[in-house]
Amino acid sequence: MGFLDIKNATKSYGELEVLHKVDIEVEEGEFLVLVGPSGCGKSTLLNMIAGLEEITSGEIAIKGTTMNGVHPSKRNIAMVFQSYALYPNMSVGQNITFGLEMHDVPKPEREKAMNDVAKLLQIEQLLDRKPGQLSGGQRQRVAMGRALVRDPDVFLFDEPLSNLDAKLRVDMRTEIKKLHQKLGTTIVYVTHDQIEAMTLSTRIAVMNGGYVQQLGTPKEIYNTPNNLFVATFMGSPSMNLVPVKIVKLDKGIAAETSNAHGQTVSLPFSSPSDELKSYVGKTVILGIRPEAFTDPGGADRDASNIVEIDNEVIVTEPAGSDTFVMTTLGGKECNARMRADVQVKPGSQARFAINMDKAVVFDTDTEMRIP
Amino acid sequence: MAIASSDTAIRTGRVTRFFLYLVLILFALFYLLPFGVMLVNSVKPLAEITGGNMLSLPDVWTLEPWFKAWSSAQIGVEATGLSPYFWNSIKMVVPAVAISTILGALNGYVLTKWRFKYDTLIFGMMLFACFIPFQIVLIPMARILGLTGLAGSTPGLVLVHVVFGLGFTTLYFKNYYQVFPTELIRAAQIDGAGFFRIFQRILLPSSGPIIVVSVIWQFTNIWNDFLFGASFADLDSQPMTVALNNLVQSSHGVKEYNVHFAGAVFAALPTLLVYIVAGRYFVRGLMAGSVKG
Repeated sequence: MGFLDIKNATKSYGELEVLHKVDIEVEEGEFLVLVGPSGCGKSTLLNMIAGLEEITSGEIAIKGTTMNGVHPSKRNIAMVFQSYALYPNMSVGQNITFGLEMHDVPKPEREKAMNDVAKLLQIEQLLDRKPGQLSGGQRQRVAMGRALVRDPDVFLFDEPLSNLDAKLRVDMRTEIKKLHQKLGTTIVYVTHDQIEAMTLSTRIAVMNGGYVQQLGTPKEIYNTPNNLFVATFMGSPSMNLVPVKIVKLDKGIAAETSNAHGQTVSLPFSSPSDELKSYVGKTVILGIRPEAFTDPGGADRDASNIVEIDNEVIVTEPAGSDTFVMTTLGGKECNARMRADVQVKPGSQARFAINMDKAVVFDTDTEMRIP
Repeated sequence: MAIASSDTAIRTGRVTRFFLYLVLILFALFYLLPFGVMLVNSVKPLAEITGGNMLSLPDVWTLEPWFKAWSSAQIGVEATGLSPYFWNSIKMVVPAVAISTILGALNGYVLTKWRFKYDTLIFGMMLFACFIPFQIVLIPMARILGLTGLAGSTPGLVLVHVVFGLGFTTLYFKNYYQVFPTELIRAAQIDGAGFFRIFQRILLPSSGPIIVVSVIWQFTNIWNDFLFGASFADLDSQPMTVALNNLVQSSHGVKEYNVHFAGAVFAALPTLLVYIVAGRYFVRGLMAGSVKG
C-alpha cells in the first residue's frame, strides 16, 4: 500500500464519464507528475485528491485512511493553484498564516512557522506587502509558502508555472526540484508541459481522454512508450513515426522502408523479441527519436547497432546547440538531430546514422508498442 | 498638452470642444433648475411667492419656512412638523438597506460559488422580482403583513422593502461575484475556512464597489417610496414621503408654499447626500466586472 492510494477512481458528470478507473499508488517522498493535453482529466484527478471534486466511484486514501467524503481542510494536503489564488485583501504574511489561523493554531506558533517558511523561500522582505504589489515569481513563492507552512502530507500543484515567462519558469522549476530534494515531501503535480514532467518527476502518469496511458519513471516513459499517444506526446521534437514492413534476414529481422528517392532502406533490429518476429511480412510503425537519428560522426559510440543510410535533406533548422535536419522515410517527414556544425544543405544528399538500439515498434491497428 | 488629449478615444478640436461643453452645461442647468427653484423659494417669505416671480431671488432671506417645515407645520391632523416622520424614514431605511444588501451578497455568493441544482432557475425567479410592478403585490402583501401582525409598523415596512429589493441586490452581487476567481474560494476551503468565514474574510473585503452600488440603489428607492408607505404604514410609522404629501395636501388654512418647498428639500436631502458622498463609486461599481481590468 502506498502513501497516497488512488484505487479505481472514476469521475462522471451525470452520464458522462470523464475519468475512467484510475489506479495509481504514490510512495512517500515521490514526485508524481500528471501530464497530458488539456481536457485529459489531470486537473479533475488532482481536485479529487484535494477533495474539491467528489469521487464518483473508487477510493482515494492518504496514509491508509480513506479520503472519500472528507473535507479538503481535513485531508492534511496543501495546494498551489495555477493563478496562485492569493487572497488579494491580505498581506503576504496573512496569506501564509490564514490556513493556520483557520486551524486555531495560536499566534506565536503561527508567527514562527511563517518566519521559517519565509526564510526558506527568501521572501522575508515581502511579508507586509499585498499580493497586488508582487511580481509573478514572488507570487509563486508566496503561494508555495502558503502550502509549505501547513506541513502537509501531500502537496498538490496545479500547473503552477504556466503563468510565468519562459526564463522564470525554468528557474522556478529548478527551485521546486531543489525544494523537493531538501524536504522530501510527497508531491502530485499537474502540467501539460512534457519537459516539466520529465525534469521534475520521479514518476510520470501520462493521461489522455480520461485514461492513464502509461505510468512509469521518466526514462521508461521516454524510451519505451506504451503506445503511439505517449510516444508522440513526450519528447520535443516528437518521435519520428515511419510505416515499415518487417522482413526476415539471414540473421534476425529488419524494418524495410524507402528513402526520399524511393530506394529501399533496410534497418536491422538489434535484438528483436519473439513477438516482433511474429510480425514478419506485416506493416508496423517504427518509432525513432530525433536524437537517435543523426549524422554518422554524432552517433552514440556506445550503441551496438548503428545503421547508416543516404537520404535527401529537405530543410535544415540550426537551433544553436543542434541542427535539426528534415528528411523523408517511407513517405513521412522525419526530424534528425545533428551536431551544430554539421555541413548539410537543403536539396543535397547527406549520410544519416540511425541508432536501432533505441528504435521502438508499434502495431498499426492497436497503436500499442510491440515489446 | 498632447499627452492629455491622447487618453480620449476621439480627438476633438477646440470648436467642437466648446460646443460640447456648452451643451453639457445647458443640460446640467436644466436638470438643476427644479432643485434651484425649490431652494430659492424655501428661503422666501410667503408673500413674495404669492405676489411675484417664482424664479427671482428672495428680497428678504429667511430660514423661517425651514424651521416651520421641520418642527411645527400641520401634517394631517397634528402640528408636529416633518421631524418625526424623518426619523420614521431613517428607522425604516437603515435596517431595510442593511438587510437587503447583506442578503443580496449572500445570495450572490451562493449562486456563483456554491452552485446547486436548479440554481439558475431560482436566480431567474429572483430576477423576475425586479420586473414585478409594485401595485400587483399590494393586496397579497397586505394579507401577509396582517397575518404576521406587522401591519402598520416600521418592521412591516422594512420587511416589504427587503423582499422587494432582494431581486436587485442579488442581481448586483451575483454579477460581481461571477468574475471573482473561484480558485480563491477553493484555496480558502483547503485552508480550512467554512462557508461564512470565506464570505466574511475573502469575499466581503473585496466587495466595496458593489456594496456602494447596492446601498445607493436601495437607499434611494426605499427613501423615495410612497406607495408602500401610504398603503402599509399607520400614523406612528409613516415615512417622510407620505408626510410630505400630507403637508402639501392639507386642505385647511393658507397654502404655505415656502414651507412646502422647504419640506421637499428635507425629503430630498438624504438621497442627495448619499449620491454626493458615494456617487463616484456608484459608476465604478456598475462598471466593475463588465471590463476585464
